[in-house]
Amino acid sequence: MSLALFIVFVLASFVGVEVISKVPATLHTPLMSGSNAISGITIVGALVVAGGVEAPWAKWVGVAALVLATINVVGGFLVTDRMLEMFKPREKAVAETNGRA
Amino acid sequence: MIDGLVTLAYLVAASLFILGLKRLSSPRTARAGNRMAAVGMLIGVVAALLSEQILNPVELVGGLAVGSVIGVFLARRTPLTEMPELVAAFNGFGGAASALVAAAEVLREMEPPLRDISAAGETVVNAPGLGMAEVAVVAASVLIGSVTLSGSFVAWGKLKGKRGLSGFPGLRMVSILVGLGVLAVGALFVTSGDVGVVFPATGASSDGTMLWLAALGVLSLVLGVLLVLPIGGADMPVVVALLNAYSGLAAAATGFVLGNYALVISGALVGASGLILTRIMCEAMNRSLANVLLGGFGAAATTSSGGGDSDQPPVQSTTADDAAVMMAYAGRVVIVPGYGLAVAQAQHEVRELVDLLQKEGVEVSFAIHPVAGRMPGHMNVLLAEANVPYDQLIEMDEINPEMGQVDVVLVVGANDVVNPAAREDETSPIYGMPIINVDEAQQVIVLKRSMRTGYAGIENPLFFKPNTQMLFGDAKETVKAVIGELKTLQAA
Repeated sequence: MSLALFIVFVLASFVGVEVISKVPATLHTPLMSGSNAISGITIVGALVVAGGVEAPWAKWVGVAALVLATINVVGGFLVTDRMLEMFKPREKAVAETNGRA
Repeated sequence: MIDGLVTLAYLVAASLFILGLKRLSSPRTARAGNRMAAVGMLIGVVAALLSEQILNPVELVGGLAVGSVIGVFLARRTPLTEMPELVAAFNGFGGAASALVAAAEVLREMEPPLRDISAAGETVVNAPGLGMAEVAVVAASVLIGSVTLSGSFVAWGKLKGKRGLSGFPGLRMVSILVGLGVLAVGALFVTSGDVGVVFPATGASSDGTMLWLAALGVLSLVLGVLLVLPIGGADMPVVVALLNAYSGLAAAATGFVLGNYALVISGALVGASGLILTRIMCEAMNRSLANVLLGGFGAAATTSSGGGDSDQPPVQSTTADDAAVMMAYAGRVVIVPGYGLAVAQAQHEVRELVDLLQKEGVEVSFAIHPVAGRMPGHMNVLLAEANVPYDQLIEMDEINPEMGQVDVVLVVGANDVVNPAAREDETSPIYGMPIINVDEAQQVIVLKRSMRTGYAGIENPLFFKPNTQMLFGDAKETVKAVIGELKTLQAA
């Protein structure tokens, strides 16, 4: 296992801490949901594993992982967007609601 | 060549995640930030698909399609009140995926090609395989991923309000035993040989390794359940944030196994931000993480009864028309929303009430407790859905000093966040948690279904104070009734 990966891991952790040190409570739920969607990056690992093997067992476990990770990614980003949609300025929101009705 | 491009694409994806997360922490840029992160994910997926190792596109496209359909369905169909549950569930899926990818990698290393080589009598020194360090990381990934999966679904059930999900006597002991079991099985798995290299060569059964791995997965699932079970309902948001951090760490561990930078960077990012979020929430409730994890609220739930049978003075109940009159002739009204508002889906009615009061010249605002509802920011999302303007929402720290000048406070389905016991009763399990000081207002009207205790399961002395009146019923129906009375008042 390469040391470089470990170095990257440590540095990225610091970035994570820096990026989120001051968030208003209002945004905690969307932020949690958004970062959850990002943790679905495992989808890349699932693709590599499921796509790169002929071994049947490994492949099917990989495909199962792929399905779960995809739910996490697609659902996570969509639901975050749905929550954040609620935070748009008032006039615009009213106009759009009227437009839909 | 293509490997280099794929790695660069992963770097772009990771950068977009960092920028996206940064933007997610401010209301104005949050939506753009989320989209940025989504674009990053798309780039990552395309890069993975383009990498030359891809052998079976049919299964991959099938898997992506099935996952997308389920994801879109859940994201669209789930009502806004159930967002916290949904986030918990997605979290669990992510953890499970990481554990499965790590397991698949072990399976891959143990597959026939290696055995063929050894059968042919060759030494397998150069065969690709997992060294002990990699196997240890696989174990970590399976452990964290499985704990995230089962823990998240217990959290999901608790957020849904399923009552059966609580601790049992001796749970801590059992957890410790299972934890030790996890460590032991993990050690057996790791030392059972360098996967893929040693087994074919020595002829030892690789089934043993898989068995240990499976046992590790199962024990970790049990551990996840045991860890979340005793945690009190009101602490669930903190737990979900913590599990979110775990799912990031699981992804990072999987990245170590695969040697993939995209997974390591993003996993670390999510892990760190999840931990920070956990800390921020703990601070908002004035509780330490250890306190949350050892389950202070849960224990209290069993000791306090439904209320009304203690030696408290009787509560005063009021009617919709009294409440309407009281508010219509007030100078300033503050509404404190809670989970009861969310379940009753009363946000639109409450907004109509606010409009009517404002027409009467009453100054109306909302007091938002940082952890009102089932998750921080939950109320803001709901009220925003009902088009309540942003500037009417006032945070706890800002409104508390003004509470004395408020004529009427309307508490809609909130219990624990207005419980003066947090300030006055040192023996209360929520003692020290900041609350909205509604008891300092001239009059308090509490909309509530019954005298049952709130989510934290503790008695609320506010209900028995002389300036408090209870208005029993479903929040939506009650607010509708008050609106009706206000309209007749205004017509008269």
